[in-house]
Amino acid sequence: MSAEVAAVDVATPSNSLAAIARRRLDALKAGDVGTLPIVIGLIGIVIFFYSKNGNYLTAGNFTNLMTQMAGVTTIAIGVVFVLLLGEIDLSISYVSGVVGVVVAQLQIPDESWQVKGVVAIGIAVSIGALIGALQGSFVAIIGIPSFVVTLAGLLFWQGVILYAIGDAGVLIIEDTTINNVANYFFSDTHGFVIAGVATGLFAVTSLAGVVSRRRHGIRTDNLILVTAKLVVFTTIIFGAVIWANKERGFPLAFLLVIIFLIFWTWVAERTTFGRHVYAVGGNAEAARRAGINVRRIRIQVFMISGLMAGMGGVIFAARLNSVDFNAGGGTLLLDAISAAVIGGTSLFGGHGRVISALMGSLVIATVANGIDLLGYSSAIKYMVTGLILLAAVTLDTVSRRRLAQSGR
Amino acid sequence: MTSAPAESTPGPIATTTPALEARGVSKSFGSVEALVDVDFEVRSGEVMALVGDNGAGKSTLIKCIAGIYPLDEGEVHSDGRKVSIHGPKDAAKLGIEVVYQDLALCDNLDVVQNMYLGRETHDWLRRLREAPMEARTAETLKSLRVTTISSIRQQVASLSGGQRQSVAIGRAVMWNSRVVILDEPTAALGVAQTQQVLELVQRLAEQGLAVALISHNLHDIFEVADRITVLRLGRNVDVFDRRTTTQQTVVHAITAGIPTKVAGIATKDVE
Repeated sequence: MSAEVAAVDVATPSNSLAAIARRRLDALKAGDVGTLPIVIGLIGIVIFFYSKNGNYLTAGNFTNLMTQMAGVTTIAIGVVFVLLLGEIDLSISYVSGVVGVVVAQLQIPDESWQVKGVVAIGIAVSIGALIGALQGSFVAIIGIPSFVVTLAGLLFWQGVILYAIGDAGVLIIEDTTINNVANYFFSDTHGFVIAGVATGLFAVTSLAGVVSRRRHGIRTDNLILVTAKLVVFTTIIFGAVIWANKERGFPLAFLLVIIFLIFWTWVAERTTFGRHVYAVGGNAEAARRAGINVRRIRIQVFMISGLMAGMGGVIFAARLNSVDFNAGGGTLLLDAISAAVIGGTSLFGGHGRVISALMGSLVIATVANGIDLLGYSSAIKYMVTGLILLAAVTLDTVSRRRLAQSGR
Repeated sequence: MTSAPAESTPGPIATTTPALEARGVSKSFGSVEALVDVDFEVRSGEVMALVGDNGAGKSTLIKCIAGIYPLDEGEVHSDGRKVSIHGPKDAAKLGIEVVYQDLALCDNLDVVQNMYLGRETHDWLRRLREAPMEARTAETLKSLRVTTISSIRQQVASLSGGQRQSVAIGRAVMWNSRVVILDEPTAALGVAQTQQVLELVQRLAEQGLAVALISHNLHDIFEVADRITVLRLGRNVDVFDRRTTTQQTVVHAITAGIPTKVAGIATKDVE
């Protein structure tokens, strides 16, 4: 349809603010909504609950929220990768439970297999990754739908948890390293150092991008926009630290989440592996013909899913200082998958960003937290979360359709 | 009407060895003889059309050359050397690129990402080097005078059919390829876009590439092709020089042509 558009030099489209805004608006009209709905939704949710209850944004509640979210967000990062392929992983919640059990077992004092906390975490998380790779192999090599393989995993690993915990009913975690994962809070100064380092890294990487593009003589990003992004980033991270410092301080668990988010965003958007994940999710046949090893990509993605589920499992176990036979149960599975989807990752594969794990769990956590504060029951919480999920998926489907139509 | 069988009496432009030549290719699927002793050649700087009715064996021939199907008999020569091609990667190494009808683009990726799919430029950390990729993509499209794509950072999903075809062709020629095989490049396009793609095809030949063009559309072929190879029922009928033949002659060859290499075969009815 745009074939008749006047000949524009492909190398140098304008990068003025007006031109960028126009392109963004065009993309929006074509159905590429990006993170816009979720940001608007979040602001709406916060304003709504804050107007109802003044305690909503207190520092104490805020630090609580951050530690509560950490586990689900970590697991949801793995879910994003699986969804990017257009697959699903239903086993994540019980895989996280299994990893929690392994961590708890490995630190039991005076057992012959007792190891240091860090080693225990390392071993347990590797087991999570192995489980993911195993399930991924069934999907990639034998060709069983991931829905079925991971449904089997859901049942199997739940059984394993019950078997491993046995009659004890609960495994207490005494190792301080492990417990610190979810219960350590940085001092005020350390909090600011972390915020400063993060801001510095962000500034350096954005600047490096601009320099590299200029050196190759292609359109650089608009400098005003780059600066604006930096300002927003700085405000958010320092704001979070200042707010958290009014209470217990910035939680280690949330720093881990931020590190995971940055690392996996880097993997997804800046490496060949990430590019190939998007390609396989968008058009597996095209990826295969382009020489991409589709099977290996699938197995690796399920491995990431298992790994991040394991990380989440450690955070949950540390938070409770124990693991019981409910580990991985409850709404964990649905929360993690809904977080990725509500955050804007498409269920149809090929579209989404790692940050959507955080955005989605922010929505779920703020809604749950607000409803708790207002004194409503869980019944209301489930209904509201369900409606938000439905809205997110509807938006995804409709915008996908518009995007597909705009091409012809 | 001048016509000459390709293998014995080379056509009027024949001054060099063919960039790509298939000799005596046969291929059967079970009891179905898809190709019988077929010859095909394309030289640098020319557009060689490959035409034939449905089931004539055009796609099978291309897939045999590209290494997707193994040959039952016959050989493939590249620049006069006998080569064995066992898959798309072997073909790519020899500078032979095929643009299939369904284009094999990822809709969710942008133009640059599609052009470099599977061959991304990266450093030792496997980090993508976006800037050089973007610069080279812009350069390639510019050299092909593809100017209708307003931003090479837009998703392929938002491009028109002609633009998608341009991206697919651009991807094929970016890798020092010498031979480009296009499978029905204009089949799904409107009039204006067909024109764009045909101009692009001609430009490829002008740049010295050997272009093989599979098409049903004789109008398109007479506009861009230098020579026309006609297949019928899996056999060679003839090779025509475009300047000295007419559409009627070619249509007759497609529908009722008599295979050149097998003596005594009566003209069968088409399916």
